Formats: sequence, C-alpha cells, structure tokens
Amino acid sequence: MSSDAIPRQPFDARPLQLLAAIALAAGLLVSSFPTWATLTLSGLAMGLIIFVIASGLTLVFGLMDVLNFGHGVFVALGGFIAATVLGVQGAVGDLSLGASLLAVGLAAGAGMAVAGVVGLAFERMLVRPVYGMHLKQILITMGGMIIGEEMIKMIWGPGMIALPLPQGLRGALPLPGDVVLDKFRALAALVGLTVFAALLLVLNRTKLGVLIRAGVQDREMVECLGYRIRRLFIGVFAAGSALAGLGGAMWSLYQQSVTPQMGAQVNTLIFIVIIIGGLGSTLGCFVGALAVGLLANYMGFLAPKAALFSNIALMVAVLLWRPQGLYPVGGK
Amino acid sequence: MSSLLSLQGVHTHIGAYHILHGVDLEVPAAQLTMLLGRNGAGKTTTLRTIMGLWRASAGRIVFDGREIQAEDTPTLAQAGIAYVPENMGIFGELSVRENLLLAARQARSIEQLDTARLDWLFVLFPALKKFWLYPAGRLSGGQKQMLAIARAMIEPRRLLLIDEPSKGLAPAMVLSLIEALRELKNDRTTVLLVEQNFGVARALGDHVAVMDDGRVVHAGAMTELAQDEALQQRLLGLSLGVHQ
Amino acid sequence: MIKALLSHDLPRNRLLAVLLIATVLGLALTPFLFTSIKALNVAAKILVFIILVASYDLLLGYTGIVSFAHTLFFGIGAYGVAIACSRSEDPGWSAVLLGVVAALALSLVLALLIGLLSLRVKALFFAMITMAVAAAFITLASQLSGLTGGEDGLSFKVPEMLRPSTEYFEDPFLGASIDGRFLTYYLLFAATVVLVLMLLRIVNSPFGRVLQAIRENDFRAEAIGYRTVVYRTLSNVMASQFACLAGALLALWLRYNGPDTSLSMEIMLDILLIVVIGGMGTIYGAVLGAALFMLAQNYLQDLMKLGADAVQGIPVLSQLIAPDRWLLWMGLLFVLAVYHFPFGIVGRLRLKARS
Repeated sequence: MSSDAIPRQPFDARPLQLLAAIALAAGLLVSSFPTWATLTLSGLAMGLIIFVIASGLTLVFGLMDVLNFGHGVFVALGGFIAATVLGVQGAVGDLSLGASLLAVGLAAGAGMAVAGVVGLAFERMLVRPVYGMHLKQILITMGGMIIGEEMIKMIWGPGMIALPLPQGLRGALPLPGDVVLDKFRALAALVGLTVFAALLLVLNRTKLGVLIRAGVQDREMVECLGYRIRRLFIGVFAAGSALAGLGGAMWSLYQQSVTPQMGAQVNTLIFIVIIIGGLGSTLGCFVGALAVGLLANYMGFLAPKAALFSNIALMVAVLLWRPQGLYPVGGK
Repeated sequence: MSSLLSLQGVHTHIGAYHILHGVDLEVPAAQLTMLLGRNGAGKTTTLRTIMGLWRASAGRIVFDGREIQAEDTPTLAQAGIAYVPENMGIFGELSVRENLLLAARQARSIEQLDTARLDWLFVLFPALKKFWLYPAGRLSGGQKQMLAIARAMIEPRRLLLIDEPSKGLAPAMVLSLIEALRELKNDRTTVLLVEQNFGVARALGDHVAVMDDGRVVHAGAMTELAQDEALQQRLLGLSLGVHQ
Repeated sequence: MIKALLSHDLPRNRLLAVLLIATVLGLALTPFLFTSIKALNVAAKILVFIILVASYDLLLGYTGIVSFAHTLFFGIGAYGVAIACSRSEDPGWSAVLLGVVAALALSLVLALLIGLLSLRVKALFFAMITMAVAAAFITLASQLSGLTGGEDGLSFKVPEMLRPSTEYFEDPFLGASIDGRFLTYYLLFAATVVLVLMLLRIVNSPFGRVLQAIRENDFRAEAIGYRTVVYRTLSNVMASQFACLAGALLALWLRYNGPDTSLSMEIMLDILLIVVIGGMGTIYGAVLGAALFMLAQNYLQDLMKLGADAVQGIPVLSQLIAPDRWLLWMGLLFVLAVYHFPFGIVGRLRLKARS
C-alpha cells in the first residue's frame, strides 16, 4: 500500500539550525571548550525541564484556543508537593543512587498527580465557563493564579522552603575533560527527553494523537465525526497540568528551593517559549525551550545582566522571522 | 416507503437572523433525496440544523423514530449520521490515511481499518491510494472532495448529509462523484444531497425537495420535476437540462 | 454645568452617585478628617491609583486591549521624577518638569512601539508579549543601579514647596497642619480630578465611541472605514501618558521610587483586580474600585485580624480569615466578578437603575 504512495513533507529543519547557531555563537564567545560543553549540557537540561512545563500549555492552547495564564500554579504545586514528599521521607542525606532515584520519582509522581487533579478542578470551575472568550480567559486564569498562590501560602507558609537533593543525586557525572554535568541535571534531561518522545509517540502514532491533531485544526468536524471534543479537552488539560506538576517538581530540585511566587516567575518564561515555538506546536515548544535554556546558560556566563533580555530579544528575532512562531500550527 | 428522517416545522435562528421559517421535509429511507434551491434559500442551514451544529429554535426533527432536535452533534454522528460540509472539513495537516482513520470509529489503529472496504474506496477514488501518506491539505480540490466522501463511506452509515459536493469540480471528477454516490445508493444508504448541479441531481435523485426563503416549497419524485420544464422554471428560476 | 464637566457621563444610579460623592469628599477632606499619617498615605495612594486604573480602563474597558505593560509607564513616570530629583541636593520645579517631560516622551515612544506590535499579533499573543516586556523592565531597573539605584531604589528630595518640613502656617488649621505635605496632597488631588475629567471627556467623545466599536467588533469597524490600527495605537499612547503622570505623582508623594514601588507584577495584578471589580468601561469603576481596594488592603486586614482572633483555634476557618489571606478573598471576588458581573460594581448598580 505504501510502496506507490508519495511520501509526506520534508521535515522543516530550519529551527533546529537556529539551535545549532546559538550553540555555535556561544562556542565562539566562550573561550574554553570544557566550559562551553558544561554550559551547553546545563542549558539543554534546563531547556528540557522548561519543555516539560510548557508542553501542556501549548497543547491546550492548540486544541481549545484556551490560554491558561495560571499555568504556573501547577508548576508551583508540583514543586511544593515534591518538597513535602521528600521532606516526609526524612533524611534524604544518606540515600544511595537507587534510593535517591526512587525518592525523586515518588516526589515527582506525587507532584504530577496532585497537579493533574487540581487541573481537573481548574478546568471545571474556571476555564469551562469562559470557552471562546479570550479576554475573560486571561482575566479568570490570572485570578486562578492569584488564588492558587494564596492557597499555597496558606498551606505551606509564605516563605521559601529549601529542597536539598537526595545524597545519591548530588555531585557530577564523571565526564571526559573538564566537562561538568550534575547528576540531577542528567536525570532531568532524561525525564525531559522521555516526555518529548512520549508526546511525539502519542501524537503521531496513536489514534488519540490523530484526534488531538485534528481537533487543533477543526473542532467542529471532529464532533461531526462522532467524537466528544469536550472530554478530549478535559483530558488534555489534566495531562497538561500534570506535566506542569512534573516540571515543577524537577524545577524545584534544580533550584533546590520552592517559593509561592515560583509559579508567576516561571509563567513569563514559558510564555516566551511557546511564543517562540508557535502556539500549539509541540515540536516548536521543544525547540523553543531548548533555545531559551541554552541562551539562559550562555548569557548567565557571558553577560548575566542581560540574561532576561536575551530571551526577549530571541523572541522578537524569531517573530520577525516567523510571525507565528517557529512551527506555526495552521487551521485556525 | 417510510421516512428515515423527517423535519416538521423546523425554525432556525442564527443570532438575530431568522433563516428557516418552518421547514417540512421527508427523507425516505434507502433513497437519495435532492435538496435544491437558489443560493441563500437555507439548504446549508437545514443540513447544519439536522446535524446539531445549529440548534432548531422550534419544530421537530425525527430520525429513525427518535426526536433528535435537541441532541448534540457527536450523539447524532454516533447514531449513524454522516455530514460532508460544503468546505469538506478535511484535516489538512493530517495525512489521507489519518483522515480516514479518524472517520472509522471502530478502528483503534491503522491496522484495524477494514481492508475490504478500503479496497472498494480505492477503486472508486484512486487518488486516495496514490496520496495515502500525503498531507490531505496538499490534495487538489477534487481529490479533497473524494476524500471527504470517502470518509463518510469508510464505515456503513444510516444517513449521509452532503452539501454541494460537485461545486468547483472538473467534469471527470463529477463523474467519479456520481459513481460513488450510486454505489452508496446500491448499498441502500439514505442520502440527503444538496446540489446546484441539476445534471447530478437528475442522475441520482429519487426524491426531490425544493427550498426557497427558508421553506420547502415543493416536494415530490425527481422524475416528475425532471419532465416538467414549467415547474423547473417556477421553482428554480430556470429550465435545467434535457428532459428524461 | 456638572453634566458638562462630567462629559454627560453621569453615574445614572442614586447609590452610585452617593458613593462617588462620598469618595470624592472623603478624599478632598482627608487631611482634615483623619490625622494619622497612615490615613493620608492611603488617601494619596488611592488618588494615584485612580488615575492609573482609569487610564487602564481606557485601554481594557473601552478599547478591549489586555496589556500587562501598563506598570511600565507607571514606573517610567516615577523613575523620571526620581532620577531628575536625585541628581541634586535641592531640586527645583525645573528638575521635576524635566523628569516628567522626559518620562512622558519615553512613554510615548514605547507606547507607539507596543501599539505597532499589536498589528502583527493577536490579542493573546499581545498580552503574553507585554508580560514578557514588563518582566524585562523590572530586571532592567534592578540592573541599571547607576541610574535607578537598583534594587534599593532612589530616595530624593522634592522641591522646597512640597517638603514636609516646609510649614506654611505655624498652627494647624481645622485639625490639619498646613505644610509641604498638605500641599503635595492637594496637588495630587487636583491632578486626579483634572485627569479623571479628561478621561471622561475622551471616552465620551467620538474617538471614545470608535474605540468601543472596535472593542465590540474590530472587523466591522475596519469595514466601516476606521483604521483600527491607528485608534488602538492612539488609545495605547494616551493610556500610557496618564499612567506616566500617575507615576510621577506617586514619586513626588513618596519621595522614593524602586522597582517594587511601581514596576512590580503585584501592582499590575492590583490594577486588574480594581478595574474588573470596580467596573470595566466606566471610568467611575476605577474611582470606586481604587478606593475600595486600597481601604481593603490597608484596613481590611485589621478587620480580618479581629475576626481571626475570634475564630482562633478552629482549624480551617482561622486559616481562611487570617489577615494575610486578604488577597485570597480579593482573588475570589475577582474571579466571581469576571464571571458573574463583568461590569463590576458600577455596572451592577447601573443595571439596577435600568430595571
């Protein structure tokens, strides 16, 4: 059947070239190779965590035209739950690698689960009443963020909580040369890559994925084919929130602390990422997140004062090149 | 000859506009009913109202003995009604294969598609086989139309609602279209077809309803209309084609 | 005559009119009615926020644009005055004027840029981008410590006329001490009155009506022949100028400015809360809303403390009524407002008038 079929589109690799360009440019500016390699690996790890956080947001927008300005709430929740779980587990100081992995796994899993459940409530109470009304969506989801942040303060207190890494995950991986990659960052990178692979698999190889991609283009027709798009949306929203929770747990361990404001802080960053990537595109989100992660690390080393600017400059540059983002999603 | 679908006094409002002013329509089972009329007569609105995309503000719609005017679109689709809109509703970023997979509700994956049925479709619409993995948005207008019809045929359906399929199609394509619809008729599928092309109408229609100003102003056998030039003139404003 | 002053945009509801008059009178007579410094500070803040939120209402309520960059202009105005005045030990009015004019100019340029940006992108995009830009500016202000005093901000002296130490009369008059502070307060009050009346004039003019048409249906407005781009940009620019002035006034009052005082996201959220709860698209909503909000922010907590003491020991309840939780209640009120009464308190009251 497929032998005499015309193959699909050639893959648009230009955005990936952008990533390579950033890395290369940094390479020229950073004199020593080990430093550059360390920064690059760090940047990729950070980018992958950001991807996990932002992936849910972009998918939800692509599917239902809903932009959740309160997405950061799930990130914060994931972080705080992880902190509580790890705290509960008592002495994380003396755990071996295996036990550490288990501990982190439990913490992240709990963060994911709670975030997903809260996501369901969020969708039901805040998002559903304002489908299709963009202005109200922005306002109400921001309201949700305010409420969420306050509730976190209520439960965990207003201050920062330290979140030390379990012993088995501290320190760096042995790498050739003077290149440094923290064990935890490697783990985070692995988790990020797994999420990416899983998302791509679901979106491209399963019927559910076909359904989601079709819904992104033409909701009405999907209903005419007999599918309840509302249910699909609820599922995707919950999944997106869960992913944000997972990302939040990872992010907190990366920073080794949680604060009630972390949701709002990370919000700006993920918006930049999904604008760069193209609202609704998972691949775009991936590339955008990596770009932002790399840039943050390079700039942090080369010119710390200009770090946040570099992200915005990147966003503006990308929008001038492709006004809809790196991988625009058609159909709207 | 009983009606599979029956509209009784259906009114539809879109915002402030009153489009359907009491539509009465009978669609006999296992037959092809043509819905004719000028532009703006309300034909598309009627189809969309049946499909639940627009809610009827008054009246009843009965499908297979069940009142459906208050049901939502997915329920109607699951009850066996397939809708092929005027803009075809093709998912451009998905491949032809994925478009058909989505339409085949019983199939959980590509492998589960009914190969016998697919082969039948490939005979009718060779382009589908040729462009199987191609993004559907890259197909020509005619090929997209074929895909849209194929989607409605990938599984047996009770009722097909098709909106102006021959619009913009090259004559050769129109012949393929007629062929496909004839196969559907042979399969004893009930079809409600909106068409401007009287040639297609005459070739396929068993039953005809003519709309004007949001109402059905004439209903009867196709043969009757095809032979009565004066009636054609009165209803459609022009005399169409050669008589039977 | 009052009608003309209010540009024929009357409260249209008795309760609303009463509340507004009470607010205006209260603010006008604060130095005489309330002797505590806190009260005067709260009143000054209310005045500043009235201008700030009313200008945002022009953008959001009348033009339908959601922008998170409003605090940008607020901050620029405040920093303009702060930087100009901190340059010398004895700044005169020329310094203040210079600062304000420079700030207005910078705001104009930025607002134009942002207005032009809104051409290429859709509303959601625009909102997100303004959020990012605002965040960048906070960082900028913190980093350029040479100019802005960084995280610590700038403390400065104001022109002699406005200094608290400058006494005009030895003895207090009707309970208020007539000093530079007193003068500054009435400067703020006068400015607020003038600027609000100006905004009323703008939104009730043909220009304002076109803005509302664009808000309702920009497609149709464009079809009728209005260059929506131009109107949106103008609205953006105007709103920015008013916000800038509000910032300048705030700086004059506080004699200090820092990133948290005028640029923070919290302030942006406060603006949103006020404009929605007070009433979008009304201007009066900003007046009432700002008053209510500031009073709540500063005095509700005391009330809540009383309540908290009363329910102390009861697990969940005590947590919910704790004075720190006032923002939670504001947030809930906000969500309810967006959902149930989108035209806020003012809108609700006006609806009553009609029925």
